[in-house]
Amino acid sequence: MQEVLKKNPTEKRILAPRESRKTIGNITVPKPRMVCRNVNVHYGDKQAIRNVSIDIGRNEVLAMIGPSGCGKSTFLRCLNRMNDTIDSCHVTGEILFDGRNIYDASVDVVPLRAQIGMVFQKPNPFPKSIYENIAWAPRIHGIVESKSDADEIVETSLQKAGLWEEVKERLDQPGTSLSGGQQQRLCIARAIAVSPEVILMDEPCSALDPIATAKIEDLIEELRTQYTIAIVTHSMQQASRVSQRTAFFHLGDLIEVGTTETIFTKPSHQLTEDYITGRYG
Amino acid sequence: MDLGTRKILDRSFTAVGVTSILLMATALLVVIVPIFTGGIGAIFFKGTIEHRKLQYNEFGKGDLDVLQRQIVETDSYREKVFRMLEAFEVEMELMEPDERSAYSPKYKKVRDLLSHLFGPLPGEMEPILLRYQYGVTRWDEAEESLHKLMFVTKWDYSNPDEMAKPYFVPRSEEFEGTALAGLFPYMESNLENMLLPEQTFYWGFITERSLDAHIFGGIWAEIQGTFFLAVGAMLFAFPLGVIAAIYFTEYAKDNFFTSILRSANSTLAGVPSIVFGLFGLAFFINTVKVSESKSVLAGSLTLAIMILPTIIRAAEEAILAVPKTYKEASLGLGSTKWRTIMTVILPAALPGIITGGIISLGRAAGETAPIIFTAAVSVGATIGLADVFSSPTPALSWNIYNLASEHEAANEIRHVQYGMVLALISIVLLLNLSAILLRARISKKLKG
Repeated sequence: MQEVLKKNPTEKRILAPRESRKTIGNITVPKPRMVCRNVNVHYGDKQAIRNVSIDIGRNEVLAMIGPSGCGKSTFLRCLNRMNDTIDSCHVTGEILFDGRNIYDASVDVVPLRAQIGMVFQKPNPFPKSIYENIAWAPRIHGIVESKSDADEIVETSLQKAGLWEEVKERLDQPGTSLSGGQQQRLCIARAIAVSPEVILMDEPCSALDPIATAKIEDLIEELRTQYTIAIVTHSMQQASRVSQRTAFFHLGDLIEVGTTETIFTKPSHQLTEDYITGRYG
Repeated sequence: MDLGTRKILDRSFTAVGVTSILLMATALLVVIVPIFTGGIGAIFFKGTIEHRKLQYNEFGKGDLDVLQRQIVETDSYREKVFRMLEAFEVEMELMEPDERSAYSPKYKKVRDLLSHLFGPLPGEMEPILLRYQYGVTRWDEAEESLHKLMFVTKWDYSNPDEMAKPYFVPRSEEFEGTALAGLFPYMESNLENMLLPEQTFYWGFITERSLDAHIFGGIWAEIQGTFFLAVGAMLFAFPLGVIAAIYFTEYAKDNFFTSILRSANSTLAGVPSIVFGLFGLAFFINTVKVSESKSVLAGSLTLAIMILPTIIRAAEEAILAVPKTYKEASLGLGSTKWRTIMTVILPAALPGIITGGIISLGRAAGETAPIIFTAAVSVGATIGLADVFSSPTPALSWNIYNLASEHEAANEIRHVQYGMVLALISIVLLLNLSAILLRARISKKLKG
């Protein structure tokens, strides 16, 4: 017992010098959808993200994994400037979307967030009807004008989210009356309704049971053909099932990036290996 | 702690809790029941022919044919009383001067009591004040007056160690052997014929103006004044309060200035209402001069300042209670902050905001101190909507106080005071009830 405690290898590596915490693997992809370079995030004095650089490719699912508090959610929320709502949060570096830094002073976050949609950890439908949940955002962005436009967008969004068959008879019922998994798919449909190009998912299945999770994962696989998806997840099985590339974060550093297959079969960094083999989490 | 002790503690705590709730309920009952019975007495009572005459003359209500027939009937019985008075007056003329002066004050007392019962007696000048133009309008008062007429109250001072005790001597003894002796038994047996009491449902107590400073008539002016003041206060305070709450919860940064504003708001909530009354007089009337003197406008503004902190607090809490996820969802869909507030946060917070508003409305309706110097008058006409900028108004809360303490005939019109209290309590309870119902309805709509 004493022996084991003395030779605790992870502790040493967490306190390893900065040199060993540089990102390993290829951060670039051909024709990226979003390009992040040297992103630093501070909450007040505390640094949450350190010099993260990564590309997000077109029509790929990028999974971000890492132990709790590693900054993966913070990084995800930088991608559509949701961190703006936190007063103490300060972001430096570049995040390019369509060749423009989204943190430029001239960028309007309102259309940006319509282009880069978000699905949250807990299903959060509005306290409105299923129909209104979907039709609300297209309406405020002026995408739909007539009732028939709205009907159409509600139907197509729900179909894309695989929810149409289940709810088409009760569109006027409140979104909150659905089950957890259905609510989350409703939230995905709501995000799709404003025709985004990127969908950010912040642990979308952590509040769901395995069957609902499987449905969401199938849905992600389908959505990949049309959208770019970045997903934060705690479940390594999920990451290996749904993603093409995986990024491993640890204490604010991006430790390793690579194709999902490589990360889960031949990780290069010791921290990555320890994490995916379950030595710590 | 072992299981037995814990059980005993649990049970004794339950017992104490239930007892205190029961005590509160009893206290409420003790307060409400007399107010209710007394207040109902202002609307349901045995009204005499005098009440019906008054109603016909002042408000044009009642059936003239029936009334005239009843007047003829009662007058025929009253006529006999007046004959006896005339006969006694003739008898007094013939008396020795000292005997006459001995009877004179006693006779005057009888005349006073009779004119209280029947209105002005034949040969008297028509009185100027309305209260003397009619006899008793309520049968219970008539019975009291009859008792006063039948008996003289005397005081027993025989035992110096005790308080003097009243005792009653039949008044007929004073007039033994005169022409007036027959009056007393006649009055006792025929009072009903002379006043014709009928069970009356006086709905006009709520819908009619008061006559001669609440001696007769209803309390409509007060109800309307209370309504104007409370609604006026809400018109100012509700929008301001909601806007302030939105600022505090959504826009204000956490800095020194905001914390000063917050504590100012809390302090304002704790200021005694009389201070607001003086402030209203000093600021709205004397400095800003919203009106020449007291007016509904000045009173509404003062009440608005008073209820503003409560509305802000309630709205703030309601907005903070809206799940953060709604806001995130809305912002994440690319909605602006303003639209998020207007279409997501406010609708979700609405039940709480409205509840706070209506409870404040009830408080504004019930407050006395802020309107003493700014809006309330004890006797006043019903005012129109156009007069609210310049005219003061009677109001329930202030007139209840006035009837309880300052009114010259306070003792004779207790029923009016009870009626006002009942009206005010009903208004406040109705407001609170509607707040609860509205809240339930909106919550249900939001939840589905």
